[in-house]
Amino acid sequence: MTTFHDVVVIGGGGAGLRAAIAVAETNPALRVAVVSKVYPMRSHTVSAEGGAAAVAADDDSLDEHAYDTVSGSDWLCDQDAVEAFVAEAPRELLRLEHWGCPWSRQPDGRIAVRAFGGMKKKRTWFAADRTGFHLLHTLFQTALSYSDIVRYDEWYVTKILVDDGRAYGVVAIELATGRIETITASTVIVCTGGCGRVYPFTTNANIKTGDGMALAYRAGAALKDMEFVQYHPTGLPFTGILITEATRAEGGWLLNKDGYRYLQDYDLGTPSPTPVLRSMELGPRDRLSQAFVHEVEKGRTTDTPYGPVVHLDLRHLGAKLIDAKLPFVRELCTNYQNIDPVKELVPVRPVVHYMMGGIHTDIRGATSLEGLYAAGEVACVSINGANRLGSNSLPECLVFGTRAGRAAAVFAGRYRTAVPEAVLAQGRDEERRLSGELARRAEGHERIADIRTEMQTTMENGAGIYRDGDSLAKAEHELAELRLRYQHAAIDDHSTNFNTELIAWLELGFMLDVAESIIACALRREESRGAHQRTDFPARDDDRFLAHSLVRRQPDGTGRVTYLPVTITRWPPGERVYGR
Amino acid sequence: MADEITLEVARFRPGEDTEPVLQSYQVPLREQWAVLDGLSYIKDHLDGTLSFRWSCRMGICGSCGMTVNGDPQLSCATFLTDYAPGPIRIEPLHNFPVIRDLVVDIGDFMDKLPTVKPWLVRDVHSPLEEGEYLQTPEELEDYQQYSMCINCMLCYSACPVYALDQDFVGPAAIALAQRYNLDSRDEGADERLAVLSSPEGIWSCTFVGECSAACPKGVDPAGAIQRYKLTAATQAIKGLLMPRSRR
Repeated sequence: MTTFHDVVVIGGGGAGLRAAIAVAETNPALRVAVVSKVYPMRSHTVSAEGGAAAVAADDDSLDEHAYDTVSGSDWLCDQDAVEAFVAEAPRELLRLEHWGCPWSRQPDGRIAVRAFGGMKKKRTWFAADRTGFHLLHTLFQTALSYSDIVRYDEWYVTKILVDDGRAYGVVAIELATGRIETITASTVIVCTGGCGRVYPFTTNANIKTGDGMALAYRAGAALKDMEFVQYHPTGLPFTGILITEATRAEGGWLLNKDGYRYLQDYDLGTPSPTPVLRSMELGPRDRLSQAFVHEVEKGRTTDTPYGPVVHLDLRHLGAKLIDAKLPFVRELCTNYQNIDPVKELVPVRPVVHYMMGGIHTDIRGATSLEGLYAAGEVACVSINGANRLGSNSLPECLVFGTRAGRAAAVFAGRYRTAVPEAVLAQGRDEERRLSGELARRAEGHERIADIRTEMQTTMENGAGIYRDGDSLAKAEHELAELRLRYQHAAIDDHSTNFNTELIAWLELGFMLDVAESIIACALRREESRGAHQRTDFPARDDDRFLAHSLVRRQPDGTGRVTYLPVTITRWPPGERVYGR
Repeated sequence: MADEITLEVARFRPGEDTEPVLQSYQVPLREQWAVLDGLSYIKDHLDGTLSFRWSCRMGICGSCGMTVNGDPQLSCATFLTDYAPGPIRIEPLHNFPVIRDLVVDIGDFMDKLPTVKPWLVRDVHSPLEEGEYLQTPEELEDYQQYSMCINCMLCYSACPVYALDQDFVGPAAIALAQRYNLDSRDEGADERLAVLSSPEGIWSCTFVGECSAACPKGVDPAGAIQRYKLTAATQAIKGLLMPRSRR
């Protein structure tokens, strides 16, 4: 079956819903659809806790937000994108306020802001510590008021249709029925979020399998800066549940097994009883996660069945502050760790959290493929460079979701052409392929979960917080073997109704693409910058690598890496200074 | 503590089964393992054909609602050791059509939700240039609890009224309507009144309170409904005494 829309948005999280609304507002005549593998309010935006950064206070300025972001990125971001981002973020957060987002307030009724890691001023808007949840539900509920936005809830996109260098829609499976449909469009916007599930220990939800990155990669678009994977310093052991940076912004301390605030040993400043901005526990995530590894090496961490941990101390904050500003953290620690942070230390360790890289886009959200746009974590504009600052990702979803939606709407309005027959034929081919897989996979002998687990272990060992040429080469080799085994994976479920095993198989295929692109970029970047730390090349090398990695899929399936210079407008590369 | 625990999982395959059948699986009994971890163990190691929804594994996305030993629960926030030595019976949420195994069809809720207009309604939207709509922490507190709904459907599964009358708008949708009605920035209460005060709205509720007991987020939909009944009754009386002029 085939249906037509002017704009198809893949993904219904923060970026996708914002993009869809932007399309509807830019040109109400356009038919816009949101295709998502989960109901939109299940999207992973829901899990974001700490807040959303945008200049609000009188003592703050756009330049300061830009500088914090640029230095936080280890100068790998594009400064024109950062300048647009910081300029538009306040308006986007304000718009959310006008749509009903329950932002936390000052006593006089104005928006409240809190401190956050790597930020020199308090500029993080928050809704207690459930900011992503409230932001997503506000967007979802507001989107309901746009009755023209068509939703394909629980539809899984398997392919972006391309003809003559232009995207023309997608093929998707309706989970409930197994119906496969070709959904054609004048433009496609990819907003599927990140890929944390390629690693074994992650804050990311089960759905974060890098689908959109792989879809775009297979369609011929370039991926950018894939070697930059963010480890958040404070996840709960075993579950990987995120304990927000806001705990440290409100005054929490990180202690090693001796009760010592160890960050003072890593050029992050000196301890003080109350939080100091851009210092100690409010340093950037890459540096804090790296410090943890060194504490392990020094034997100053505590061993648990789920690996070494340090401790987050919130006890001195008191029940009143914790219940007012960090209620979700208390709920999570109580439910999932059986610990009350008001009275006890919280065990934490670094956990894969965010992909700085993604689909290469320009400042409007346009990818290297005509008619294909991307925004949010799936995209790489880049405002995050080698290390994203906490609370920049939610406004990124809004600012660049809006930008991509507007640009796509203009494109769709201008280039509304008949869908070429070749595209419809591709759609039919994909429908046949998917139908065939269920029969073909019955003969398989490899378990999907086994391949997935080995891929995750490979990525952690090969491309973790620290990597080197040998570990990356080994990972590349192991992924090639896993790719072969993937061809023999079994699908025992032959049902067409809500066949989650088929989806898991398709997701694993996407994750292998993403994993390979991460390794390909990491292997070739012979320097250390931000979240990419090569022990064999420990220094930043601006002469060779003040540039984005671009990886494109070759006909044989391998990735070819080239480089694109970083855009520098006002802040020449300098030293990243924290705590001094 | 025993090494394993038995999960009795309801299976239903449309086209194959005429009604759900329980299938037993042995899964490791480990500290910190949620019921969801047990199900994932089955899916990964024992039986790839078992279907269930899950995503965030931290009790905020609302995907993984199921009936565990008769009670509606988030399976990611319900722990195996609390049911030891077992067995644990895991069934789909009650009061919904079953699509497959533990996956239920929530389309009815998704259709009803927009009818209560769960978005901020203003007579006039101020320009963004004028800044935020002021709202004190106390005003935020008025509706904050109702804004915590994660749409997990546990309350619909627990609701005896919804079980008998699928036209009932239901606890979560009414709580979300109240979330906006009580928001100091909102001016849409009149528009929501028609739906909420209809026979399928608040008056269907017999105040059993099962919804609030089931809610994993402390939303208290029953309280929202009771509070709204008072508002609606007052409005109705006002309407009799002072007929509203047409807009």
